[in-house]
Amino acid sequence: MSTINPLKPSERMKIPRQEPLEQDAAARSVNFLEVSFGFDMDRTVTEAQRCLDCKTPYCVDGCPVGIDIPGFIKLVIDKDYVGAVRKIREANYLPAICGRVCPQETQCEELCVMGKKLTPVAIGKMERFVADYEMREKLFTPPVIRDHREEKVAVVGSGPAGLTCAAELAQKGYKVTVFEALHAVGGVLRYGIPEFRLPKEILDIETERIKALGVEILTNFVVGRTATIDEFFDEWGFSAIFLATGAGTPTFMGIPGESLSGVYSANEFLTRVNLMGAYRFPDYDTPIRIGRQVAVIGGGNTAMDAVRTAKRLGAEEAYLIYRRSRAEMPARQEEIHHAEQEGIKLLLLTNPTRIIADDQNWVAGIECQKMELGEPDESGRRRPVAVKGSEFVLPVQTIVEAIGQKPNPIIQSTTPGLSTSKRGTVVTDDGQKTSRPGIFAGGDLARGGATVILAMRDGKNAAAAIHTYLTDRRSSTTDHA
Amino acid sequence: MYRIIRAQALAPTVTRFEIEAPFIARKRKPGNFVMIRIDDHGERIPLTLADSDPAAGTITIIVQAIGKTTKQLCAKKSGESILDVVGPLGTPTPIEDHGKVVCVGGGVGTAELYPITRALKEAGNTVYSIVGARSRELVILEHEMQAISDTLFITTDDGSYGRKGFVTDQLKELLDTVPGIGAVFAIGPLPMMRAVANLTRPYAVHTLVSLNTVMVDGTGMCGGCRVTVNGTMKFACVDGPEFDGHTVDFDELMMRNRTYVAQERISEELHVCRLTGETREAHR
Repeated sequence: MSTINPLKPSERMKIPRQEPLEQDAAARSVNFLEVSFGFDMDRTVTEAQRCLDCKTPYCVDGCPVGIDIPGFIKLVIDKDYVGAVRKIREANYLPAICGRVCPQETQCEELCVMGKKLTPVAIGKMERFVADYEMREKLFTPPVIRDHREEKVAVVGSGPAGLTCAAELAQKGYKVTVFEALHAVGGVLRYGIPEFRLPKEILDIETERIKALGVEILTNFVVGRTATIDEFFDEWGFSAIFLATGAGTPTFMGIPGESLSGVYSANEFLTRVNLMGAYRFPDYDTPIRIGRQVAVIGGGNTAMDAVRTAKRLGAEEAYLIYRRSRAEMPARQEEIHHAEQEGIKLLLLTNPTRIIADDQNWVAGIECQKMELGEPDESGRRRPVAVKGSEFVLPVQTIVEAIGQKPNPIIQSTTPGLSTSKRGTVVTDDGQKTSRPGIFAGGDLARGGATVILAMRDGKNAAAAIHTYLTDRRSSTTDHA
Repeated sequence: MYRIIRAQALAPTVTRFEIEAPFIARKRKPGNFVMIRIDDHGERIPLTLADSDPAAGTITIIVQAIGKTTKQLCAKKSGESILDVVGPLGTPTPIEDHGKVVCVGGGVGTAELYPITRALKEAGNTVYSIVGARSRELVILEHEMQAISDTLFITTDDGSYGRKGFVTDQLKELLDTVPGIGAVFAIGPLPMMRAVANLTRPYAVHTLVSLNTVMVDGTGMCGGCRVTVNGTMKFACVDGPEFDGHTVDFDELMMRNRTYVAQERISEELHVCRLTGETREAHR
């Protein structure tokens, strides 16, 4: 049984929000070790005591996967950390990952009542602590699976949506096989998010826990090429398929000079470093070339990851070029703050117009123009307008374009009858159903570029929809028999 | 792990491998490639599939030892393994009956040309093949190409075998003397493919080339393989690797392919040092 928080609300409100432990900015800007160490045990328990245990827990409404946040916080106050992480895992099978990469400040913590007048309870950092505690103390035991069902389900893509869907379905007793195109599991968690934000060891451990549910994971398997969706139904014996191949196709600005050596898509730049270990070249074979001055174009989390990676690879100057102002940047505040601490220079209201070459066809500079904010556009953000005559050239030798991704078209082009949008996303209804019976989709493949946690929500919803679909099918087959 | 069933030297520095990869073997079509990674520290590199045997569950690749990874691969023996093989990737070669076709292979490119030539022959084409190499010892697949070609020509740069000169010399003669050539398929080093495309342009003969580019994933994710084709950006790994040679910006591609020359040299030197017992660390 849970004890009740011994402190009165007025006393709880006097406790300041705990600050996480972090690697010193100067030291970390030259290494790939994790930036944030999160909370220690004392900070976690102190922070838990700040929770007002509201009658209506708004924080839960802010959580895309509906974690029982007050419930796990009570267990933390009881110092039952393993109980707390198990409570989280009922709703979210990847707590060590979400505790690190979720934008809590715009989700659960944004709606926290404490945050209205004071600072919100640090829910994310507590989630991370209990997940890490369980890992460190090796106290994980897989949930008991009571039902066993005959149907086989294929999950295409091993990113956050796919892994979550696989975990949910396995716990419902289905035989699940996950197909991954790359040689390593995790999707964007592997190739996109850098080691200093999400250590790959954490991802490996979370992956092992999914395998512990009986989920089979096949890497080096490009669905649409190695086998098609129709072959999965007709020859492999899958009864339902969840598509979660993400938004892996890079887009380029379309300005002159993008074919020069030294211009990377964020995908290529981050994949070389994160998946292929280029930051350890020549111990690892995959190379990367980094100039003394590097410009990363974009204002999202991917741009932040790229520019902070560039700094760690030895760039003397690492610039982030963004055409709107700070207020419109889609990146998490925490990431912008960390980047600035590390010496990243933000060039806001600045738009690249042309890439300049040296005589070896390498990047020598980037021409930009200054922008000012005009009327709001369809996204509701004020549209940046070029300032006449404001062009200037920034000397850089490496450019990374982080201006967004589109879904990879391989599955859509090899699966007849699968409806797609103009943006290349797979069209689904609210229940993740696609235009073809038995095929479900979610994550960035359906959204076109969002967050890890929204992908996880889709994975969860899809698992529920697949369960309903297969249950209905089973009962209708029985009726006819 | 993907087991090497058979490793066989075809020429100095050129090795033919049969590798166990049953899923890929079932689906391979002419023009497809695989990405391979030899070990945990390895690079992912694209290699075109020369053949496959769906019944045996094997694929065939023919590799020339030119860089660190290909040298490491060519040192592998039958029974050893490769960590990762993924595919079949890329858009398969469009195979149709053009009447008469010329298939032009340069160096190890002949290995990539072989399955395409065979498919063209099976589709009913009259096939003229030109196999070029620097010298006699580097001519590969002569008998295999002979068996699927109506007429086979060999050229060597030094004249040690076949006709002395370049593949383009032979091709020009064919274009001038054989009426009704419907298409040319050229696979080899970029300068060769550029020369072939430049030669066939005034003859207005459709010319397909297969581009080797920088690639990381091979599935359309990195954009490293971007090439300018007909003025627009294409990804060689998914839109290609074959394109209309008359519309490819070869100069830009050749520049891009030099991006990692310095790093490739470091990698290779370290590899050689390791083979001779020195450590990588000694070279940091």
